[in-house]
Amino acid sequence: MGSFLSSIGDVLTSEAAYINAFTFAVFLAFGATGEWVAERSGTLNISVEAMYLAGAFAAAVGYDSSQSELVALGFGVVAGLLVALVQAQMSHRLVANQFVVGLTLNILVLGLASFLASELDPVTEKSDTIPIPLLSELPLIGAALFDRSWLFYLIYPLVPLCWWLVYRTRWGLELRAVGENPQSSDVSGIDVNKRRRQGIYISGITCGMGGTFLVLAAVGQFEDSIVGGRGFIALIAVIFGGWTLRGTLAGCLLFGAVLSFRLSLPALGYDVNGDLLASLPFVVTIIAMSVFAKRVRPPQALAQPFIRGLK
Amino acid sequence: MSTGFESADIDHGAASSPDLFEHPPGTGAAGRLGPHGLARLVSAAEVVGLYAVCILAALGLSALIIELTGGDAMAVFNALLDGSIRGPGRIGETLGVAAPILIVALGAIISNRAGLVNIGQEGQLFIGAAFATYVGTRMGGPGPLVILALLVASVIGGALWAGIAAALKYRRNVPEVLTTLLLVTVAAQLSGFGLKNQWLLLAPPEGRANRQQISAQLDADTRIPIVDVFGNEFPISVFFALAAALLVGFVLARTVWGFRLRALGHNQRTAQRAGVAAARYGSAALLIGGGFAGLAGGVMLAGGDFGNYTLVPGFPAEIGWTGLLVALVGRQRISATILVAFVFACLRTGSGFVAATGVERRIADVVQGLLVLALLIPPALLFLRQRRRAMAALEGRT
Repeated sequence: MGSFLSSIGDVLTSEAAYINAFTFAVFLAFGATGEWVAERSGTLNISVEAMYLAGAFAAAVGYDSSQSELVALGFGVVAGLLVALVQAQMSHRLVANQFVVGLTLNILVLGLASFLASELDPVTEKSDTIPIPLLSELPLIGAALFDRSWLFYLIYPLVPLCWWLVYRTRWGLELRAVGENPQSSDVSGIDVNKRRRQGIYISGITCGMGGTFLVLAAVGQFEDSIVGGRGFIALIAVIFGGWTLRGTLAGCLLFGAVLSFRLSLPALGYDVNGDLLASLPFVVTIIAMSVFAKRVRPPQALAQPFIRGLK
Repeated sequence: MSTGFESADIDHGAASSPDLFEHPPGTGAAGRLGPHGLARLVSAAEVVGLYAVCILAALGLSALIIELTGGDAMAVFNALLDGSIRGPGRIGETLGVAAPILIVALGAIISNRAGLVNIGQEGQLFIGAAFATYVGTRMGGPGPLVILALLVASVIGGALWAGIAAALKYRRNVPEVLTTLLLVTVAAQLSGFGLKNQWLLLAPPEGRANRQQISAQLDADTRIPIVDVFGNEFPISVFFALAAALLVGFVLARTVWGFRLRALGHNQRTAQRAGVAAARYGSAALLIGGGFAGLAGGVMLAGGDFGNYTLVPGFPAEIGWTGLLVALVGRQRISATILVAFVFACLRTGSGFVAATGVERRIADVVQGLLVLALLIPPALLFLRQRRRAMAALEGRT
């Protein structure tokens, strides 16, 4: 235990650990922010994984064909949006079960990405970092937060933008209403399933950005295991955060830190069981949900489909 | 308030439009054409046509993807068929894969019928397999007894894992859809932890390569017996899976317990007024669902079609997710579920033969994904049309 604590101390004073942690955290935050919007509208969108992967693959193809990071981002966002389109139309227009659609999309996109990757074999390189003057000189976290690829910096405007959309616009009010009580929203003239579809589109866009960030700024080369189940972690970050944006981001930071600890602790020469460490955030989330069950309230219509006239 | 997910959420078609599978296409009563007979025949033909169009569209899209990337679509489809059905002995292989998928799906049907959304089968399966490994490699004694013990252990493991979700749902009001999902990851990590420690699951060093994280192999006499039918070898667990399917169908359709479970799924409040204890029946449904998933893990381990009688990292191989998908695509009908489980198993075993055609084998996943999406469209369309008509009739009356 003592060695564990001192290892934490070592990690907390290592600049590389912060860089790693924030890479994971920001990757998660892209998807989690969009997922948060979708969940506030009442969709438990489990195709985040597919959206990330589609975004990452399309970004790699886009970069390979144009050598431009901007085009890659465009490709990534469009691919994420395409997956979102299928998810939204199937689960909130045809009202097919959202878990079936999500699970299927995860399988389909993984199959499609690895199939097409073996055919096209996109070559990418890691994006250059653009240090922000002064801020990047900060000790410890300076390099982690302000000496990054421009794709990393996209998270800074994205989060406030989503917050503003959800909490400060009429659209956002309707979105939240739809997630809490679709029947009442319907009666007051809101197109419930339309708002929910739009929520999913937003998560498609942000996941597409996250996928682009992953392949161009974090890893540098596409492989089909590049997302490897971390989409689910972004989804769980939203649950961990108790469906608030603040909490969601805190969840991303915590999960990002844990994911990077797994890599950096052995590198620093500590022998810590990675599996138990990695399961910590999930166990903490479950415990937090049960302890604060009274205070933390999921959107009341979360994961419930809406069909007019059926309650 | 309503953290329960009523069954209307998950099987709106099966619950509210029971006619989709009750009148299987082709049993159209040419001889018994009553006043509504003709209309029924037309609508049955419509259903068949809709399914045919959607499935053909899915296959056509898959073929298009293959052809566009320079492959030969017919060769791929032939390879899929050869690898799953037509090749000598391949049906046995496919049945061996279909059995655990079906077992998981049965559990999912039970949870879903009670109006619960258990999406954690993948984790429950892993824990079940881990329990089975522990018992199977540690317990000595006569082979059949060990097989029985390890299968029971796998059921207990899966049920325990789902039990966490049940306890949290009914004690602390935490939605089971979230806990079961979270527990999938924890299960994988816990099993990974077990596979790193020799006092838990890791094989003794002499039986494996250095740093390899696998369990000891089950002894030859503690494996599920293999039967040979016309050159197709498969574990006898296939028969048990089919028997279990019939049993689940019977219990749900023909017993008081099953009736109460379904009542709970349709409307929790009404069911409780009628004397169905939601906590008791709901917990039971979750535990049984988890138990089935765990059993699938035990059957996969001792049946030998996965991991060669050893527990390895990533052992569930998405069978848990597939089983859940099968239950939902089969719209929770036993007959449809058996069929879908077999088709999904075909795609899995068939994909092994695709590589020989020079096309990446993951194309099987694409075919499967497109097929599922195609199978979702007709019932949803029909259901929506039916709703729209009903709403129009209501509005016309008032």
